[in-house]
Amino acid sequence: MRGSSGVAATFWSFLSISSSVLALEQQPFQFEAMSVPTYTLPPLPYAYDALEPHISAQIMELHHGKHHQTYITNLNAALKSQAEAVHAADITTQVALQQGIKFNAGGHINHSLFWQNLAPASSVDAKSSAAPKLLKQIQATWGDEAKFKEAFNAALLGIQGSGWGWLIKVETGKEQRLAIVTTKDQDPVVGKGEVPIFGVDMWEHAYYLQYLNGKAAYVQNIWNVINWKTAEERFLGTRADAFKVLKASI
Amino acid sequence: MNSTLLRTTAVRSALRAAAPKASTRAGLAGTTFVRGKATLPDLPYDYGALEPSISGKIMELHHKNHHNTYVTSYNNFTEQMAEAEHKSDIAAKIALQPLINFHGGGHLNHSLFWENLAPTSQGGGEPPSGPLAQAINDGYGSLDAMKEKFNTALAGIQGSGWAWLVQDTQTGNVMIQTYANQDPVVGRFRPILGIDAWEHAYYLQYQNRKAEYFKAIWDVINWKAAGKRFK
Ligand SMILES: [Fe+2]
Ligand SMILES: [Fe+2]
Repeated sequence: MRGSSGVAATFWSFLSISSSVLALEQQPFQFEAMSVPTYTLPPLPYAYDALEPHISAQIMELHHGKHHQTYITNLNAALKSQAEAVHAADITTQVALQQGIKFNAGGHINHSLFWQNLAPASSVDAKSSAAPKLLKQIQATWGDEAKFKEAFNAALLGIQGSGWGWLIKVETGKEQRLAIVTTKDQDPVVGKGEVPIFGVDMWEHAYYLQYLNGKAAYVQNIWNVINWKTAEERFLGTRADAFKVLKASI
Repeated sequence: MNSTLLRTTAVRSALRAAAPKASTRAGLAGTTFVRGKATLPDLPYDYGALEPSISGKIMELHHKNHHNTYVTSYNNFTEQMAEAEHKSDIAAKIALQPLINFHGGGHLNHSLFWENLAPTSQGGGEPPSGPLAQAINDGYGSLDAMKEKFNTALAGIQGSGWAWLVQDTQTGNVMIQTYANQDPVVGRFRPILGIDAWEHAYYLQYQNRKAEYFKAIWDVINWKAAGKRFK
């Protein structure tokens, strides 16, 4: 799948789902088989070198093929242990597993959303004009696009340690507002009414091979490869829409 | 030197080398010398001296860029703190606390880290002796058993952080603790030996294979320096 035309199709096939998940859903009380969902690495909607020169192919390959894969591998292992603990009515083990599940599931969720909200700089999706309605609310909230980016960059550079910066939509009843939030480590954006619009990975592995300690340059350059088309879709959609890609594999 | 930096003798000794440089460096840079400013301590070995465990490129960036940023940011926020203090601005003081914890912690942690590493030609990797060796054996059975648990702790850090062998000042025992981001070892626990688990500490050489870095770093651990911190 390459370029913008592939994005929609990829959206639906983004996370593959093992048949055992469906089996579990249909027969939730048959624990004998001990079937648990097995998540697999979603393919990138572009080639590893498609985000150059802003993000190098080497970074993308390691980031997707190794880092993201490790979150998935560890998540699958933790979910399997959890299923066994549930089956054995072992509540202490279940509690002990929670932080690992949150961390690795968060890593899987965040990176899955991240790949989708990036696009090659030369594509039309990487222009903010691909998100007219979102841009209007950004202007209403921050004054103009430049001021918004300035605020977003300041938030990214203020992260102490590993984490993410997100533009989110917060739905409260009929009201909705935009907000810039940062999350630590792999905490995902899953608060009540929160819809992630786009995220930027601020772990050092996201930029170090290319930018070294110059993270301000990474933060500047990432704007060249933000997928505003995806951002607009998430902005106009519901919370359930934004997570549909993930929900399909639960 | 700022008294807040002198909470433990270990930290004091790690930072001692940097103190006399303050005026020289500030003078060279043409800035006014301000008493009590933190300065980047010199490494007690060359950047390439820890190869092949840690590459010279990593060491240079880590010391000259990362550590130095903690130093300058710490000085900056400490200055702002003094100003807030002067104005009795409580809100500003509270807002500055996490920044001082982070950047001051980064300065302390790295100062201790450089000191508890050494090239193999200068004793790096040589096992501890004396009371520290005894305490490790008492707590873990053997040095190898302790290293194994230490590496498990390092691998378990979710995000950026450090693992430390610390001494509990209440019981005298040594134990392994992990700290998030740049949280420093202060208070009840005394830092004995720290290993930086931030990605910048290994990424250029090991990329995502951090377990290899955790394994290799034991070849350049300065147990003599660690032993001096143990009381
Ligand atoms: Fe990442
Ligand atoms: Fe570091």
